[in-house]
Amino acid sequence: MTTSDRVVLDVEGLRMRYGANDVLRDVRFQARHGEVLALLGPNGAGKTTTIEILEGFRMRSAGRVDVLGADPAHGDERWRARIGVVLQSWRDHGNWRVRELLAHLGSYYAPYATGHVQRPWNADELVEAVGLTAHAAKKIKTLSGGQRRRLDVAIGIVGRPELLFLDEPTAGFDPRARHEFHDLVHRLARDHATTVLLTTHDLAEAGKLADRIVVLAGGRIIADGTEDELARQVAGEDEVRWTLDGSHHTRTTPDSTGFVRELFARHGTAIGQLEVRRASLEDTYLALVREEETATR
Amino acid sequence: MNTTTNPTTTNSTATAVRIGCSRGLIELRQSFTNGGELLSHFLWPTLMLTVMYFLRDSALGSGELMLGTLALPGILGMNAAMGMVSMSQILTAEREDGTLLRAKATPDGMPAYLIGKVVSVGGGVLADLAILLIPALLIIDGLSAGGPGSWLTVVWVLLLGMAATLPVGAILGSVFTTARGQGLIQLPMLAMIAISGIFYPLTSLPEWVQWLGQATPVYWLGLGMRSALLPDAALTVEIGESWRHWETAGVLGLWAVLGLALAPLVLRRMARRESGSSMSERREKALRRVG
Repeated sequence: MTTSDRVVLDVEGLRMRYGANDVLRDVRFQARHGEVLALLGPNGAGKTTTIEILEGFRMRSAGRVDVLGADPAHGDERWRARIGVVLQSWRDHGNWRVRELLAHLGSYYAPYATGHVQRPWNADELVEAVGLTAHAAKKIKTLSGGQRRRLDVAIGIVGRPELLFLDEPTAGFDPRARHEFHDLVHRLARDHATTVLLTTHDLAEAGKLADRIVVLAGGRIIADGTEDELARQVAGEDEVRWTLDGSHHTRTTPDSTGFVRELFARHGTAIGQLEVRRASLEDTYLALVREEETATR
Repeated sequence: MNTTTNPTTTNSTATAVRIGCSRGLIELRQSFTNGGELLSHFLWPTLMLTVMYFLRDSALGSGELMLGTLALPGILGMNAAMGMVSMSQILTAEREDGTLLRAKATPDGMPAYLIGKVVSVGGGVLADLAILLIPALLIIDGLSAGGPGSWLTVVWVLLLGMAATLPVGAILGSVFTTARGQGLIQLPMLAMIAISGIFYPLTSLPEWVQWLGQATPVYWLGLGMRSALLPDAALTVEIGESWRHWETAGVLGLWAVLGLALAPLVLRRMARRESGSSMSERREKALRRVG
């Protein structure tokens, strides 16, 4: 990945309050240039609220937010031109044709081209990049759900954004569409050094797509790191099973290797049917979320 | 860190106007290359023309004025006023389906969107009027049209009338968040058309209705059309027996100024509350309604 050390997204002490209810409490995370960051959490954790604040679509109650060097609450049109937002569309622009809409929306970005960023993306190349070449002349209302979603992504990146926001991008995708979509995001990050922030409640997706995962639960960030770091963060939920003299035993332990060494040292050949199950990221995630939920109760 | 090659003072307004106009023209073309919409462009004028054709020989009372002659300017005025209704419908619908949110996510998107709508709705209304007016001139005798003076009046009344009514439509359309609520807002607009003197002379209505009618832009649109297309003999049924051009310009101008000043404010307020989640909420609601 072409990740550099430049911070393009910086959130500190972010709070969102509706009435007497804190939806977000002291949210804090960063994204570096070229990084794919997943905001992972159960439904209702505050993911969408967070991303909408970063997109400049929602006012926050408190905290410091810096997106590409500006406060999104006061971002001007020049700032807007450097951001890409993939919306969960429904049926807008139904009478427009695929290529026609991309060419039109691209024209908004032309005045904001810079020395190193050519804006907009050429409509034909973009149509091809999202695999819609065969449908370029079709009316948008005739597209299938998956095609429509790829068009949404194309619209989100038509201005060659430096930072792209994706809110639940693969909701309602079949496995193949999901796979193609993951490919597209990887290519964006690799070939165009686009920083990507996506929200998902799907752990496997976060693991597959993201360089780094930020776990949001109950309105707080409860973990932040790579897939491996997260698995290590909640230590010791490995599960060890064995038989001793014909009877079955199960034990969970933070240090499965040490435990097994001890087991053999003590019982030697009397141990049979040894099984060690490492904590998966899924266990980690569930444990984290469960911990948070019991803590707030 | 910004090594911009462009001049840093990009003229946003000029960009929005240019892109908005091209957006409006694309949508206008779409509405004339689409079976359903094409039908609605021609159905109404055809019906009106048919009615006028059969009315062409019946006189109004004992006078020498023909009923069809009198009806045409009113129908034109109403058609123009209906632009306000479609503007408000479109705004509500496109707020619900996410078009507005897209405009908000795009640099200079909101002003370009508004300009595009004025071009496409205004252009659509003008096209509809031409579809009606040109054959009408061939069918109906006794219209005073033909002189350059009356055409000039048609043009300025239409343009000013459009500027007076379309922003109002946009404002009314942005008040309601769902297509269902939009149904309510059409009632006052239709009431406005009903008491505008387009269907029957305002002088035959009670005085308080006359005052109400004269407060609406629709009345003045109709009056302006009548002044351009009817001979002065038709003045007998008008208030004060005058075409009142100055008053027409004044009232329509006032509505235009008010509307154009208020519409961007109201739209910006509405857009501030727009977000992906508020849109998907409405989508859920709409789908439940359908399903």
